[in-house]
Order: sequence, then C-alpha cells, then structure tokens
Amino acid sequence: MTEYEPVIGIEVHAELLTNSKMFCSCPVEFGGEPNTRTCPVCLGLPGSLPVPNRRAIEFVIRASLALNCEVKEYSDFYRKNYFYPDLPKNYQISQYDNPIGRNGWIDITVDGTVKRIGIRRVHIEEDAGKLIHASVGNESLVDYNRGGLALMEIVTEADIRSAEEAREYLVNLRAILTYIGVTNGKMEEGTLRCEPNISVRPKGTEKFGTKTELKNLNSFRAVYRGVEYEVKRQVEALQSGGRIIQETRRWDDDRGITIAMRTKEMEQEYRYFPDPDLVPMNFSAGLIEEQRSLLPELPQARKERFMKEFDLSAADAEMLTSTRAMADYYEEAVGAYPDYKGISNWIMGDFTRMLNSAGIEIDASKVKPVDLAGLLKMIADNVISGKMAKTVFEEMFNTGASPKEIVKSRGMVQVSSETELYPIIDQVISENPRIVQDFLGGKEKSFGFLVGQIMKYTQGRGNPQAVNQLLRKRLSETKG
Amino acid sequence: MKLSKSEVEHVAKLARLELSAEEADRLTTHLNGIMAHFEKLQQLDTEGVAPTSHVIPMQNVFREDVTGPCLTAEEALANAPESSDGYFVVPQIVEV
Repeated sequence: MTEYEPVIGIEVHAELLTNSKMFCSCPVEFGGEPNTRTCPVCLGLPGSLPVPNRRAIEFVIRASLALNCEVKEYSDFYRKNYFYPDLPKNYQISQYDNPIGRNGWIDITVDGTVKRIGIRRVHIEEDAGKLIHASVGNESLVDYNRGGLALMEIVTEADIRSAEEAREYLVNLRAILTYIGVTNGKMEEGTLRCEPNISVRPKGTEKFGTKTELKNLNSFRAVYRGVEYEVKRQVEALQSGGRIIQETRRWDDDRGITIAMRTKEMEQEYRYFPDPDLVPMNFSAGLIEEQRSLLPELPQARKERFMKEFDLSAADAEMLTSTRAMADYYEEAVGAYPDYKGISNWIMGDFTRMLNSAGIEIDASKVKPVDLAGLLKMIADNVISGKMAKTVFEEMFNTGASPKEIVKSRGMVQVSSETELYPIIDQVISENPRIVQDFLGGKEKSFGFLVGQIMKYTQGRGNPQAVNQLLRKRLSETKG
Repeated sequence: MKLSKSEVEHVAKLARLELSAEEADRLTTHLNGIMAHFEKLQQLDTEGVAPTSHVIPMQNVFREDVTGPCLTAEEALANAPESSDGYFVVPQIVEV
C-alpha cells in the first residue's frame, strides 16, 4: 500500500493588544452588550473613512522581526471583497502584495531534533464581527463589537509534516507573540486562532495533494488531535480509492472528528485591489530599528540561558519559559532564594495545578515570588516539613499571606526538639509493644509505622529527620 | 481584450447584482467601451515608471491608539432592516 506523508501549512490570526480598533477609535474590550462598541467606520457606513492605528502597525513590525522576517520600507492596504454578514462593508481591509513581514522562520524542537519552519508572511487586517446562529428559526444574529479589531495574520510555508510539529510550532509561536506583548494569545477565547491547511502525498513525491482547511481548533490539544485526525482521514480516503475535496472542515472536539462545512455558494474570488481610502506606509529604518530594540529576550534564548544559568533540564526550562510571566516569576523567586530545582518543581507541580483549576495565569496569582522562595527556605531550614509546606502553600494561594505569617498564626512550626519529641516517642513505643518487637526482630517496615504514629500525635508537625533519628535512638536503647 | 456577456454576468453575481438579459447586454457594451479606453492608455510607454497604487502623494497617515466615543446600540441598529435584542438580524447563515 502507498505510504503517504502529510504536508501542512498553518495560518494563525492573533488579536492585537491595542486599546482601540484598527481603523477607528472604538475601544477593544471583551464581553459587554452586543453592538455597543461600534461607530460609522467599523459599521461600514457610507462616507466614513478608516485611519490606521499606529500602535497596531508597530506591533506587526515587532512581531515580524521576532519571527525573523524581512520588513521592507513599503507596505500598503488592500480590499478583500466577499459578501458575508460578519463583514458590514462587504470587504475586509487586509494586505496582499506588500505585507509588513515576509520570509521569516522559527525553529522548533521535535523528538530532540531542531526543525526550521518558514514564515511566508505576516500582515495586518481587521477582524470580522461575530455571528450567532440561532438554533431555531431561519435567521442569524450579528454583533459587530469585534468587527474592526486589529488582527495579525501569520502564514507558514508548507513545512510542517506531523501533528506534533503543528502543535510545537503553535506553542513556540504563541510563546514568542506573548513575550513581545502584542497579543494575549488565548486560544480558548479566540484571541489566537489556528487554521491549518492539510494535504497528503505519496512519500517521496513532490507534488502537493488537494488540501483541506481546518477550523475551530481552540487549544494546543485540539490542534494536535484535529491535524492527526484529518491526516488519517485523508490517507484512508486515498488508500481506499477515494479522493479529497478542497473544502473547509470544522473540528468537533467532543466527537473527535472533522466535519465538512457547507461551502459558500461560490468558490471565493476575492478581487483584491489597493484600498483607495488608505494611503501607503513607508517605514523608516529608524522606526524598524526602534521596534527591534523593543524586543525582549525571546523564549528560545531564555530557555537556553535557564538551562545554563540554573542547571535545569531542557524540558523544565521549556516549561518555565513557555510564558514570559512564568519565566519572570521564576527568575524573581530564584533571585530571592537560589534553590533552582526546588522552585522549578513547585512552580510546575502544585502551583500550576492550582492555577489551572482556578483558571488564572501566574501573574494574576496572590502568591508573590519572594514568598514562594521564603517557603522553600523554611523547608530547607527545617522550620516546616515538606508536607506542612503543601498546606501552607494552599493558604498562600488562597489568601496571599506570607508563609511566615501563616506558620505563625496556625502554630505550624515544626517540632524537632528532644524535649518535645521524646515524650511522644515514648508514648508510641509503649502503646505498640508488638510492633516494637517486630522491628527489633529485624522487620524494618515496622519502623515506618511507628514514625507514622508519631507524626499523627504531632499533627504532622514533627520534623521527619529529628523523628527518625530520635526514634532510632530510643529503640536501640530499648533493645539494650 | 473584449468582455463576454457571461463574464459580465459573473462579475454581477460576485457583486450581488441581479441583471436582466437586456441590462447584461447593455452593460457588456458599456464595459467594453471602458475597456477600449484602457487599451488606449496601455499604449503609453511606461518603461522606467514605478508602478503606483495611489494617486495622492501622501503616506504614513496614522492615528494614535486612543479610544473615543461609540454609537449606542440603538443608534447602531437604527438603519437595520431588522434587529432583535441589540443584534442585527440577517437571513440564516448555515455553517455546519
């Protein structure tokens, strides 16, 4: 049977973090009543004139540079013409021949191998309104609050060869875009949207197969599953003698399948032409260099520095640098107390789990980096046990109090002195004579049981090392 | 280059214009008159002239990223043929 290989290119749309829309001064906000953030420009009323948002253009230049694109001096706006009710003007202002960025790349790592994914173009356009399809009746509802938002489109070359590469590309791209502060990159909320073009071809051949476009991928996981499913569907269709139809398919995350969307009545003919309402842009070298100077250390470089400077594994460093907020947090915490591995483990373990269930990002957490550092220091100094630390951290997470305050107010200070521990140890020994005999007879397991009993009496506050040491000492005395 | 009637009908369809057979005939003649004029323009020697997409000598017209007032939902919907609960109502668009 013929073996096929997938050929994938990805289009990403990212809403830019501007205060106002792309061509008018309507505010950019989420939620709110429908059609309360519109004006004659974004409603496409006759006689209104669009004026481009300078910051949005600067953001796209900055993103283009971060993605290793060329930014030429000249760039202009085009009209993309089509009729669809989410677009009140019946055209979308976009770019065509002269996008802001082109011929860039980013490197991704899959199975330990670095692969370069080409970026064909980066351009600016305006977002469309939101259509709501009523489940009954024969009408749809339109809200233009989102219409006209500044939207950046990033298109790759057809360099991607697997679902894993597709996901990895997106993880890296999102990290870069959020690092440079041009988008919040929330796939679940649709501020970052990913639309892969997928085709398959017999392995070893050059010619591209017929492609399908995938929509509604709202998480990294959906991207992986959607691409994997669609590749398999195409290969199976071809292997059983079928053919692929060029169409847009929607990923159904619950059912785990892609479904053909009813195609628009006519194959699209966008009739692009330069928008006469918008004069061309001519970027000075100074402007481009200024945007380059605003680029922070990018995720890849930061990951490599974390590995070197903090002696972290590639996986840990990648996770910690996946967002700028998390990387900043980590650096601030290790700056306060240099337990590199310990702080890394806490952030990626309990902390991330709690952030996820609270549905917030690390920079919105009440736990200050210096307090996380303080908690680790208290463990290292034997003030509290690792187990107690989990309880303390939970309270830090919920209240924002410092670990010192919590330990003090809850009387959680670890018990490690002989005067406090010996009476408890003696009581446990006298209450469990058989187990003590088992231990003295060589059953090492019984020791653990006795430790457990002591911890119970101390309500978990016993210093494990001290308890171990003193119990062993007492038992050896008993033996003697 | 001459436009055929079917090309004119196709362009009309893309622009959502409904033409009667008589209108299509008339517009085909008119458009071909315009095309003939452009053909004449194409005889000009433009060797060494940079292509241009705009006729006014302006560039880099931007606005600062500041917000301003919006229309109310009532105002926004005032000219809509149909509206409901603050939304524009349009014939059903089926996606799936």
